Amino acid sequence: MAAVQRKIPFVGTPDTNPETKPFFDGCVAGKLVIPQCVQTGKYIWYPRGISPFTLGPVEWKEVSGNGTIYTYSVMERANPPYCIAYVQLAEGPKMMTNIVDCDFKDVKIGMAVKLKFIDTENGPPMPFFAPA
Amino acid sequence: MSLKGAGYIVGAWEHPTRKATDKSVTLLHAECAKGALDDAGLSKDDVDAYYCAGDAPGLGPMSMIDYMGLKVRHMDSTDVGGSSYQVAVGHALQAIATGRANVCLITLAGRPRSEGQATGTAPRAGNPSQAEMQFEYPYGPATANMYALCAMRHMYEYGTTSEQLAWIKVAASHHAQYNPHAMLRDVVTVEDVVNSPMVASPLHRLDCCVISDGGGALIVTKPEIAKSLKRPLVKVIGVGESAKNQAGGETELTYSAARWSGPPAWAMAGIKPSDIKYASIYDSFTITVLMQLEDLGFCEKGQGGKFVMDGNLISGVGKLPFNTDGGGLCSNHPANRGGITKIIEAVRQLRGEAHPKVQVPNCDLAIAHGTGGSLGTRHVGSTVILERE
Repeated sequence: MAAVQRKIPFVGTPDTNPETKPFFDGCVAGKLVIPQCVQTGKYIWYPRGISPFTLGPVEWKEVSGNGTIYTYSVMERANPPYCIAYVQLAEGPKMMTNIVDCDFKDVKIGMAVKLKFIDTENGPPMPFFAPA
Repeated sequence: MSLKGAGYIVGAWEHPTRKATDKSVTLLHAECAKGALDDAGLSKDDVDAYYCAGDAPGLGPMSMIDYMGLKVRHMDSTDVGGSSYQVAVGHALQAIATGRANVCLITLAGRPRSEGQATGTAPRAGNPSQAEMQFEYPYGPATANMYALCAMRHMYEYGTTSEQLAWIKVAASHHAQYNPHAMLRDVVTVEDVVNSPMVASPLHRLDCCVISDGGGALIVTKPEIAKSLKRPLVKVIGVGESAKNQAGGETELTYSAARWSGPPAWAMAGIKPSDIKYASIYDSFTITVLMQLEDLGFCEKGQGGKFVMDGNLISGVGKLPFNTDGGGLCSNHPANRGGITKIIEAVRQLRGEAHPKVQVPNCDLAIAHGTGGSLGTRHVGSTVILERE
């Protein structure tokens, strides 16, 4: 089943949650920028302006965009079908995303993937992943 | 203060409808309330506490209290999806134990079938100020594919198979054939399940629950009142609730919040899983059942696939009869929330009022566990343990 790229929806605007501006600015610049907990050094997903590990401060850092597939599911009922997944970033956290640019039959847990930005219909580009 | 035995379930009623084109959601709630009160032998004016969740139209509990003409001194509208009603039983126990309530009414109702909701397969855009919304909605999280993510990882880590998951549907269908109200009454085979169309890999159409209209209600009351009524005594001896989520990115999808809601419930009840005669286990999807059985301690982690095989969940056949009304997988998932029907069937079993073909002999201890929200992102598990006195 070859991947036909579906239209990507977005809800709200990047200004809806002002604290996540560094993430969306990164998306526009083609960089994956996510928060890191200052106290523990852990990277955090989803983006937010406070650490869920300590309720302490975060710093926004660009990460490599390298990851592996933790789990996935192909939504065959959708038209076109799409492959939702959690990708574990090389820096640690697992993020929800879609796997793109491949035959979904080839997708496997543990597969190495690489960041790619795709435009959304009514919002900023968002991070997706394709086989590395 | 232990809540063990602080309350009894004296009224339990499930609406017989599965398609209610001619009724409002509020009317369904009220009909369920009347049904449960009649079942208990109580009247509307005996109710002094009301519990509902997000399926109740209006602001919190206010519109339903108004519509039904209640006068209450305690209320709670904690909305944690399909597990809200197990949570409500626990919260009712707290209110009874602290003298804030005598007769607690819990209602659920909805009509997603009449409203044509694509419950499991259409992503629903929420309020963008909900913190995670902008980082998830673009990727198409529906309901089915969120549970599928858990199933795929469980298969990877533990070798669980689609055929093993199918046995859960097979067991539910064996029970549903005796329920005249069930939406799906045909007995199915493992082959039927794994050959049904794929919805969200690895979950097939028959791995999913039904979409139905309907509802249910419960009456929880204090021991003195329970013992004055004419119904068999069903005592609440254990409750627990817990929330699980992505943990800042340290997401683990092979277990559910039952891992945390179960232990306090078992400790309060002073019993262990092997003591349970009947189990109502939330069954939005087959994988939901399998993970909860493991997490509640009915088998070792990762062994759920082997545990459910060969009819082990079929009443009269296996060791752990489950969802003998057919459950959400075959009978009813009103308002897309199956928590209350789990408790209702457990009460039927403990009273000896289940269908004779599925009634568990000498059923004195039962569990009713709920999972609300999305197993693949954030959800609440809630456990209720009941004893026939």
